[in-house]
Amino acid sequence: MRKTEKKKVPNIQFFTADTATDLALPLVDSGISAGFPSPAQDYIDLSLDLNKELISNPSSTFFGRVRGESMKDAGIQDGDILVIDKSLEPQDGDTAVCFIDGEFTLKYIRIEKDAIFLVPANPEFQPIKVTEENNFCIWGVVTYSIKNHKHRHH
Amino acid sequence: MYGLVDCNNFFASCERVFQPDLNGVPIVVLSNNDGCVIARSNEAKALGIPMGEPAFKLKELIESNQVAVFSSNYTLYGDMSNRVMKTLATFVSTIEIYSIDEAFLNLKGFEHLDLSVFGRKIVRTTSKNTGIPVSMGIAPTKTLAKVASWFAKKHKGYKGVCVIDTEEKRIKALQKFDIGDVWGVGRKHTKTMNYYGIHTAYDFTQRSRSWVRRNFTVVGERMWNELQGIPCIEMDSTPSAKKQICTSRSFGSKLTSFEDILEAVSNHAASCAAKLRRQKSCAAGLLVFIMTNPFSERDTQYVNSKHLSISIPTNSTAEIIQYAKMLLQDIYKPGFSYKKAGVIVTEIISDSPLQGDLFDTVDREKHKKLLKAIDSLNDGLGSNKVRIASQGYGKKWKLKNEKLSPRYTTKLSEIIEVKAED
Repeated sequence: MRKTEKKKVPNIQFFTADTATDLALPLVDSGISAGFPSPAQDYIDLSLDLNKELISNPSSTFFGRVRGESMKDAGIQDGDILVIDKSLEPQDGDTAVCFIDGEFTLKYIRIEKDAIFLVPANPEFQPIKVTEENNFCIWGVVTYSIKNHKHRHH
Repeated sequence: MYGLVDCNNFFASCERVFQPDLNGVPIVVLSNNDGCVIARSNEAKALGIPMGEPAFKLKELIESNQVAVFSSNYTLYGDMSNRVMKTLATFVSTIEIYSIDEAFLNLKGFEHLDLSVFGRKIVRTTSKNTGIPVSMGIAPTKTLAKVASWFAKKHKGYKGVCVIDTEEKRIKALQKFDIGDVWGVGRKHTKTMNYYGIHTAYDFTQRSRSWVRRNFTVVGERMWNELQGIPCIEMDSTPSAKKQICTSRSFGSKLTSFEDILEAVSNHAASCAAKLRRQKSCAAGLLVFIMTNPFSERDTQYVNSKHLSISIPTNSTAEIIQYAKMLLQDIYKPGFSYKKAGVIVTEIISDSPLQGDLFDTVDREKHKKLLKAIDSLNDGLGSNKVRIASQGYGKKWKLKNEKLSPRYTTKLSEIIEVKAED
């Protein structure tokens, strides 16, 4: 389902100190003293903050750690961190975190006609059809994965 | 119109988001210091486990019914609460966070919509996005919205949203609603009400306004109005409690060392905490400020302050002092002669996060007092020195599933593991 409403600017009664990220703000110290203004002044941007760029809905975004190599072909390997958004509707080709048989696992999403299938990485295993009874098992959609290239083994 | 959204079995639901195989399983959550039950899933309630019960008393029940037991994970619950509240805030322009798992929504301006459809969308989106199931009551007053949410929670037929928008619905709802459960009616007032033959909320509304005013003062009259559908309690106003409390003092002589200023700040923090407890509130924000003397021409000037948000609103002396110390460490700079320091607690809300249950037969007030006494003793002596005698001091008996669950959303080392091992 697409979001069709414009977000209203909320009059929120609370704040959460977001100490997890640093939003670096450049100090533009050109207000008081006389002299030539900086030519870069009009072009100053805020520094890049990955949280703002990559996470569109922080309240529905969670993180997970990958265990195993079966999704290696998708570029996802043991130890990688997954960025998981629970608000998204799964689309064909998505990678989803699912809860099956008591554990979280990764599956590909395949959408056919009117059915959604959870496809394991290993082609020898059967895809699982998502029904009314078991649709809770899709936990969230993977939006990004984060790989540490310097420390490969944990 | 007002909406009241509240989370179903909030603490238990938080645990279930990250352990979905606990859906349908009885869960109890225990307080840290003395192992009393502070939250139960519906299945645990059905087993007859009362609120406030010491865990060791439930050993048999827990083991024979495979009840999952958790120590309270406030870090997790606070973060999940923030997520729920932020999601709710995307639907309306004004929300009022009432407790860790409840919020009022101002639905003014949305009356042209089908409110039950709108409400269901809010419930569906919030439950999907956060994993926490919620229910919603919608009515012309806050008190009625709370009544409506009770019905939404109890009866599946409402699909999570109960709207009271006609006289008929209002009367029917009040006739089935126990007076003791009405917002603002405590144990003592329930006894008085019962004495006068008032058992349901409807009975109460059948009394005359003047009778109510005489016997229950203007507060009771306000409740009477609200139950009739006449709004008296606005968004954001927790009647009569202060919204901010400040304790500050100029120093007799100028202070320069961190330790000296910390002592002053700690005392101010303790004073704020005591004031909060006195008015039965908790604070969700804290600010510390320090300053040099602005009128002194000799001293170099330095003024700074810092604010932090407390995810679980608190009125605990120990906690508030701890946070104040953290803030002071951030703003203190050596080499200045400080003249004044202060602590301000903000975002003050009512001190009643745990909702009593209709079937609750335990004297919660007594338990709350007991918890408080034990907590404060343990704060002073070091944790867990004071326990209920039969708990024992050896580990003779261990609960099957007892553990503090990981901080899934705030610690990178504790996030869920996802298998890629077909």
